[in-house]
Amino acid sequence: MKITVVVHTAPWSHQASATALRFCQAALKAGHVIHRLFFYYDGVHNTSTLAVSAQDEIDIPAEWQRLIREHEIDTVACVSSALKRGILNDTEAARYERTASNLSPAAEISGLGQLIDATTHSDRVVNFGA
Amino acid sequence: MTDTSAPPSASHRRLTFISRRAPFGEDYPRACLDMVMAAAVFDQQVNYVFMDDGVHQLVSGQAPAAIGAKDLSAQFAALSLYGVENVFADRQSLLERGLENAVLSIPVDVIDNACLQRLIQDSDQVFVL
Repeated sequence: MKITVVVHTAPWSHQASATALRFCQAALKAGHVIHRLFFYYDGVHNTSTLAVSAQDEIDIPAEWQRLIREHEIDTVACVSSALKRGILNDTEAARYERTASNLSPAAEISGLGQLIDATTHSDRVVNFGA
Repeated sequence: MTDTSAPPSASHRRLTFISRRAPFGEDYPRACLDMVMAAAVFDQQVNYVFMDDGVHQLVSGQAPAAIGAKDLSAQFAALSLYGVENVFADRQSLLERGLENAVLSIPVDVIDNACLQRLIQDSDQVFVL
């Protein structure tokens, strides 16, 4: 089955991010395809490379990055959500003259159209944290 | 930062968006509206449903500028220009909040639970924000 996963919450503020991560791992293990992973609203914080988690806690953004790389999952952080929350790639950091960029290299910044497009090409869209 | 993907030509889905939060305490109402607009731009068949505290978003004559918030109703007015004609408000939610006679900023179809159930059943995908 082709599944699109939408994550609406930041890691640590809500269990939904970790649940989404485990859902993706389980779905892939069961032979399903993650067609696209879309981070919306506070969910874009999952794509930050600057977050530092406590040593005895799961590093959720790092886990996402590992999963995305391993399975080459098409991953998008919503542009309007990301910019407001300070999740920037090099291009956006330069465009808005910010001092740093922090978007995971495993993700790209794009628009909500990517979510609608994924919806039309997936058998299921599963939302976490909304 | 722009969305360069072309709208899908053949794939039309029935997408239902249910907005359940009050207008200005959180940013979810706008996040939902943005999804609705994006779906409309991509030529999908859209149902936009207001229920629970979400019905407060529809009440006319709000002054969000007083708290530095954006006016949602200006964008609501543009919905029909985007081809979003199926806008619904949940009757029970209006009644519970004393809004059954309130002046709303846009025309909506007031629906009951059974109708909402059918909308959801007939949808390919439902987003709840």
